[in-house]
Amino acid sequence: MSFEKLDDTMMKTYPTKVYRKRKKAAMVNDPGEVKEIQANVRTIPGIITQRGCTYAGCKGVVLGPTRDIVNITHGPIGCGFYSWLTRRNQTRPENETSENFMTYCFSTDMQDSNIVFGGEKLLKDAIQEAYDLFHPKAIAIFSTCPVGLIGDDVHAVAREMKAQFGDCNVFGFSCEGYKGVSQSAGHHIANNQIFKHVIGNDDSRSDSKFRVNLLGEYNIGGDAFVLEELFEKCGIELVATFSGNSSIDHFANAHTADLNLIMCHRSINYVAEMMEVKFGVPWTKVNFIGAEQSAKSLRKVGAYFEDPQLISRIEEVIAEEMLKTDEAAAKYRPGTEGKTAMLFVGGSRAHHYQDLFAELGMKTLAAGYEFAHRDDYEGRRVLPSIKVDADSRNIEELHIEKDPERYSQALQDRKAALMEKGMEFSDYEGMMAQMEKGALVIDDISHYEMEKLVEVYKPDVFCAGIKEKYAVQKMGIPLKQLHSYDYGGPYAGFDGAVNFYKEIERMVNTNVWGLIKAPWSTQSAMSAKYARGKHAVASHT
Amino acid sequence: MLLRHTPKEVKDRKALTINPAKTCQPIGAMYAALGIHGCLPHSHGSQGCCSYHRSTLTRHYKEPVMAGTSSFTEGASVFGGQSNLLQSFNNLFSIYDPDIVAVHTTCLSETIGDDVSQITQKAIDEGKIPAGKHVIYASTPSYVGSHVTGFSNMCASIAKYFPEKQDYELDQVNILPGWVEPSDMREIKRLMSEMHVPFVMFPDTSGVLDAPQTGFHQFYPKGGASVPDLKRSGASSFTFALGKFSSEAAGEELRKKCDVPYEVMEVPIGINATDRFLMKVSEVSGCPVPESINDERGRVVDIITDMQQYLHGKKVALFGDPDILIPLTEFLLAMDMKPVHIVSGTPGKYFMERMKEIMGDDFETGNVKNGPRADMFLLHQWIKNEPVDLIIGNTYGKYIARDENIPFVRMGFPILDRIGHSYFPVTGYAGAMRILDKMLGAIMDQMDREAPEEKFELVM
Repeated sequence: MSFEKLDDTMMKTYPTKVYRKRKKAAMVNDPGEVKEIQANVRTIPGIITQRGCTYAGCKGVVLGPTRDIVNITHGPIGCGFYSWLTRRNQTRPENETSENFMTYCFSTDMQDSNIVFGGEKLLKDAIQEAYDLFHPKAIAIFSTCPVGLIGDDVHAVAREMKAQFGDCNVFGFSCEGYKGVSQSAGHHIANNQIFKHVIGNDDSRSDSKFRVNLLGEYNIGGDAFVLEELFEKCGIELVATFSGNSSIDHFANAHTADLNLIMCHRSINYVAEMMEVKFGVPWTKVNFIGAEQSAKSLRKVGAYFEDPQLISRIEEVIAEEMLKTDEAAAKYRPGTEGKTAMLFVGGSRAHHYQDLFAELGMKTLAAGYEFAHRDDYEGRRVLPSIKVDADSRNIEELHIEKDPERYSQALQDRKAALMEKGMEFSDYEGMMAQMEKGALVIDDISHYEMEKLVEVYKPDVFCAGIKEKYAVQKMGIPLKQLHSYDYGGPYAGFDGAVNFYKEIERMVNTNVWGLIKAPWSTQSAMSAKYARGKHAVASHT
Repeated sequence: MLLRHTPKEVKDRKALTINPAKTCQPIGAMYAALGIHGCLPHSHGSQGCCSYHRSTLTRHYKEPVMAGTSSFTEGASVFGGQSNLLQSFNNLFSIYDPDIVAVHTTCLSETIGDDVSQITQKAIDEGKIPAGKHVIYASTPSYVGSHVTGFSNMCASIAKYFPEKQDYELDQVNILPGWVEPSDMREIKRLMSEMHVPFVMFPDTSGVLDAPQTGFHQFYPKGGASVPDLKRSGASSFTFALGKFSSEAAGEELRKKCDVPYEVMEVPIGINATDRFLMKVSEVSGCPVPESINDERGRVVDIITDMQQYLHGKKVALFGDPDILIPLTEFLLAMDMKPVHIVSGTPGKYFMERMKEIMGDDFETGNVKNGPRADMFLLHQWIKNEPVDLIIGNTYGKYIARDENIPFVRMGFPILDRIGHSYFPVTGYAGAMRILDKMLGAIMDQMDREAPEEKFELVM
C-alpha cells in the first residue's frame, strides 16, 4: 500500500491548511523506525470527527462504571442525558439491595437564570437533595461547559457539603467539554480527582498473597466479569478495577495492591504513575484482548510474584483455557483467514484488537486512535520530546510526593531486581512498534478520510463506533463497534476471544450483503405479456 | 430491582432532576436540519455536543447522521468562536459540499455570546460561502426549553430563510409536521396524496433517516425538503403547523414573511386529531376526504370495538414530548382507557391547559406535570403509589417497566433498543392501528405470560 495512493485519495482534496495539518497525522508504518506522528492536537473546525469531549471522558468513561457514587452533572440537561446508560456500564452489586446508581441520571438541569446569576446555590440544593434521598457513600459533581464559563466553584461547594455531611465524600471534576482537545483531557482530570479524593482512604488489606489492580478496564460487554473470574481461577486477588464493575471502596483501598496492571494506557496511566510515586506500587502494561496476549499478561503477573505455586497454577489455567480458544480458532479460522480489517477507535483498543484479528488469520490494513497522544503510537520513550501545548497545560498536573508511611520500598526493590532480569515496568511500546510494515496509521481520522479508506481498500471488516457504523455499512462493509461491541461481548480474556472469533466470522461471511442489488437492477424483468403501457414501465424504473 | 433506590414517598425537589423526560435544544435543531435535502447540520460549540447528538440520533435511527462541529477548545471559549466558525464554513463547503449548512448554537457558544448571525454575515461578506450555497442558523441554548424547543427554533429558521413571498397564490398547502418520525412524515404525505392536495412539507426526514441499503453511502440521501420547494412554500395558500410546541414558531415566521395564513393543529395521532386534521385539509383545499381514507378510519374503529374489553379502564402512564402526549392522551381517553400519570420535561403552560381540556375530571384525579423536575423519577414514584396497566414512552421507560412488571409500549424519542419507529407511523389512522397493535400486543403478552395454566386462552 503506497502512501501516495492514500495521500491522493484521502487528503489531496482538502483545503491547503487542512491538508498540511492532516498529512502529519497519517503515515505508512515501519516498526523498524517508528516515526513521529501528530496526535492530541486540536480537531480542525468543520471536520466531521470521531471525537467527543472532556466531560465524556471524565464522567462517561472513567467514573461512569462506578456503581455507588451519585454522579451529578452540573449543567443543562443534555450532557447528563446523553451519558445516561449509553456506555454499557454493566455492574454486579454484592446483593439485591446494595447500592447501584448506574440506572439513574442526576442533573442540576441549569436554566438561563442560573447562567445569569450563577449555579452554586442550585448545585448545593441538588447535592442536599441527593444526600437526603439516597444517603450515598459519595457524591461526585461534573462540570459542563457553561459552568466553567460562569465560574461556579464546584470544588468549594463540594468541600462545604462534605464537611456538612460528615459521612459522605463529595468531590468535583472541572471537566468542562471545551478543555483539552478530546475525551483524553477528561480521563486525566478524572484520574487526578480520584487520586486526590479517594485512593488511599482505606489502608486495610486482605491476607491474600498476590494482590493486583487492573487499570483501564471499563467492563464493556462484561469484559471485567470475565477477567475477574480468570484472576480468581489463578488465585490472584483483584483489589480494584479502574473502573469496570467498580465501587468506591475498591478505589479507596487500591494503593494496598502489590502491582498495577494497565490495560488502556491512554485513559489511566496517570493513576498508575501517581500511585507509584506516592505508594511505591510498580506498574506494567498488559493486554487481555486475544488468547495469546491474555496468556502473556497472566505470565507477567506470575513472573512478578516469582511464586512457583502461582506460576504453575497460571500455567494450568492457561493450558486449560487455550484448549477452548484453539478449538474455536480452528473452527472459525477457515472463514476468516486472509481477510482484512481496519480499526479506528479509542485510545488502546485499536492496538489491542489487532491481536484478536491476528488469531483469526486476518491482517490489519490500517489503524488509529481517536484521542491518543504520541506515546500511545510511538511508545513512552518519546515522552520527554512531547511538547506540552496550551490545551494540555490547562489540565492540572498534580504534584505527588512519596508517602512517608505508606510507601513500599519492598515493592520498588522487587521491581528493580526484576528489571535486572529483563522484566518491563513503566513502559508501553506503543502501537506502531507492533504493527506490520506497510500498514497505515492515522490519528484522529475524519469521516471523509474514513470513507475514502473504505472505498479504496475495501476491508472485510471495519472497527469504529456508533457514529461511523451505518455510513460504513451503507457502503457494504460490516462495521464492528469496539466501544459498545454492538451490544455483544465480552471479548476480553479467553472466553472473550472465543466470542470475538465467532462474531467476526459471522460478520465477514453473512449473506446479507449479497441481497443489496435487486434482481431487476441487473437484468430486465419485462418480458411478460400482461403488463402493458405506462403502468408497467413505472413500476420497473 | 434496577431502580431500587426510588422511594415510594414523593418529596418535592427544587434542584435535582433525576432521570429526565427531555434533553437539550441542539439535538432537535440537528434533527430538523436533516429534514432539508442537501443540508449539513453544524454544531457551534465544543465537539462533545455534536458527538452526543449524532450518537443519539444514530442509535435511534440506525442510520448515518452527519454533522459538523466548530470544535471549541479553551481558547475559543475565552476569545469567542468566530474564527472556528469561519474555518468551519470553509472546510464544510470544500470537503462535504452541502447545499445548505444549518448552524445551531450550544450552551457554550451562547454563554460566551457568539453572534452567529454576525459571523455568518461576515463569512458571506468575505466570500467564504460559495455562490448558490446557503447558511441558516438557529439559536439553541441548552439551558432554555428542551430538544423540542431546538427543533422548533430550527424549523422557524428554515421558515424565515427560504420561503419567498409572491403576489400569487399556489394551489398548495404547507405541512409543518412537527417532531415526528420519518415514517409519520411519510404517512402524512400519503394522506395528502390520497386527498389529492398538493403540498410542501418541511422538515421531512423520510428518505434521509430511513435511507435504503444500496451498497453506497449517500452523504446527502435523496429525501428531505428541497430548496425549490422551500422557496415555493411562500406562495402556498395555507400552512398546517402540526404541534404547537414544535411547529407554531415556523408557521408564524411563514405568515410574517410571506403572508401565508396558518393554523396550529395537533399532530394527527389517534382518531379525533386525525379527523380534525383531515377535515381542515378538506376545508382549505376543497378536496373531500376520499372513500379509501374513510375505510382506513373504519378499520381502526373496528379494531377498537372488537378489542374493547382489553382496553376499557386500563390505566396508563405516559412520558415524552408535549406534541405527542396531547393527542395520544385524547386517543387513550377515546378508547375508555385512563391516562393517570403524565410527565413531559418540556416546559410550557399550554401543555397543562390543553391537558385539562382533554382530560376534564380525570385531570384533577390524575398526576400531570411538565417543566422542571417533571422527570421519570417522579413518574416512577407515582406509579409506585398508583400502579398502571401500561407505560408508554421512550426506551428509558424499560427500567420502570421491568422493575414494576408493567407492559410497555415504546413511543417517542429516543428509542434505542427496538426498530419500527422510523418505518411504521403512529400518525393517521394507519398509525392509530399501529398504536393499537402495540398496546394490545403488550397487554396480551403479559396476560399470556402470567395466566395460570387453566386460564391460558387460545383465542383472545
